[in-house]
Amino acid sequence: MHSVTYYGSYGVVLAVVLAGALLVIVAFGAARLIAPRRPNVGGKRTTYECGIDPVGEGWSQSQVRYYVYGFLFVIFDVESVFLFPWARVFQTLGYQAVVSMAIFIGILAVGLLYAWRKGVLTWA
Amino acid sequence: MIGDSSVFDTLVGGYWIPLVMKAAAVLVVFLVVPLAVGYMEHKVLAHMQARLGPMEAGAFHGWAQLVADGVKFIQKEDVVPAAADPGVFSLAPAVVLIPYIVTLVAIPFGPRLYALDLDVGVFFVLAMSSVGVIGILMAGWASANKFSLIGALRAAAQLIAYELPLVLVAAAVVMQAGSMSLLQITEAQSHYWNILYPWQLVGFVIFMMAAVAELTRPPFDMPIADSEIIFGAYTEYTGLKFAFFLLSEYGGIVVMSAVASVLYLGGYQPLPGLSIIPGFLWMFGKIFALSFVIIWLRATFPRLREDQLQRFAWVGLTPLALALILVTSVYKVGV
Repeated sequence: MHSVTYYGSYGVVLAVVLAGALLVIVAFGAARLIAPRRPNVGGKRTTYECGIDPVGEGWSQSQVRYYVYGFLFVIFDVESVFLFPWARVFQTLGYQAVVSMAIFIGILAVGLLYAWRKGVLTWA
Repeated sequence: MIGDSSVFDTLVGGYWIPLVMKAAAVLVVFLVVPLAVGYMEHKVLAHMQARLGPMEAGAFHGWAQLVADGVKFIQKEDVVPAAADPGVFSLAPAVVLIPYIVTLVAIPFGPRLYALDLDVGVFFVLAMSSVGVIGILMAGWASANKFSLIGALRAAAQLIAYELPLVLVAAAVVMQAGSMSLLQITEAQSHYWNILYPWQLVGFVIFMMAAVAELTRPPFDMPIADSEIIFGAYTEYTGLKFAFFLLSEYGGIVVMSAVASVLYLGGYQPLPGLSIIPGFLWMFGKIFALSFVIIWLRATFPRLREDQLQRFAWVGLTPLALALILVTSVYKVGV
């Protein structure tokens, strides 16, 4: 049973991705057969927006309000990448591992505190 | 040890037949359980608002309502706005839906009832369940609709903010169990479910809140806030594509409830003295119980404001989750 290699076991993941793709294809194929297609009747292909004829361009300028959050997110996400291997083995390493991770988390927490006090964490 | 091989592998030998069976089983679970949860949402919300909800389809209390909805959605014309980017517009529903199906691969529904026992299970599940937001961004951008774009940007901001508490409290569970395999984490809870430890109870609450935020469910549904931005990223969608977004919302509820059950409620582990009831029934019972809670939140809480939501995640949940990790580490090394 367990002669399956490490990467071979990921075959199931691939198979499920394919099964999901198949589900989408079959469903859209069925819809294509059954559903009516009269795209040019009335104004149905205009952008719905809020029910009134749209004003201006759809791809209008919009403010991305969270690029600083984006940076913070990357920092903490990298932290979590370090955290998981540590979380798996820290018990065998004892207090030394706990203290070093506490220092690591502490530094990041200070960074978060700094960002907060700087007012970065407000939805501008 | 328990869970040495899945029932699919012991039933039939070889590589390909179990593989196909597993994929089919995952697909069936994904097509049945989210529909049941969707029906539950109809009924639970209705009764919480002193209504009856669907009563006609399928004769008995409208049980077939969502099946009827699906049949109807397939017959609807698929309208793509002239201004939209048609390729990205059409691909978006699949990008939202498929990752949730894939997430189910790693979730154990019973001691031997699982498709794949990944040794990085927690990581895999968290990674997969957050891919869907790319689909939402695609939908919002491709729609060429200002409100859709706002909704999509809000969804992305929300994911960024709530992914951190989610991942950090999951790391605390990994520390508790000493493993990242979801099967091992379940086995580690054979005596005490994680939720019985006070700090993991806090972790469970954080996890559920972050999960609801990631699913953009009320009270964290600013990305689709129907009274502000029409229906967010899904505004321009009709027919089957719209149905796929709905299905992935219910699928997401199921997946997140399943992950929370495994991490905190012992997965397929029974309550003491009730081990006569098979494990997979416990697992599904816990999934439906947590789904019920998520639906209940929708009936109870008003929507937060976008800036409140962000502050709550960054100033409230993330530092709390970091503290949780330290508490867990001290407990595990100290005992």
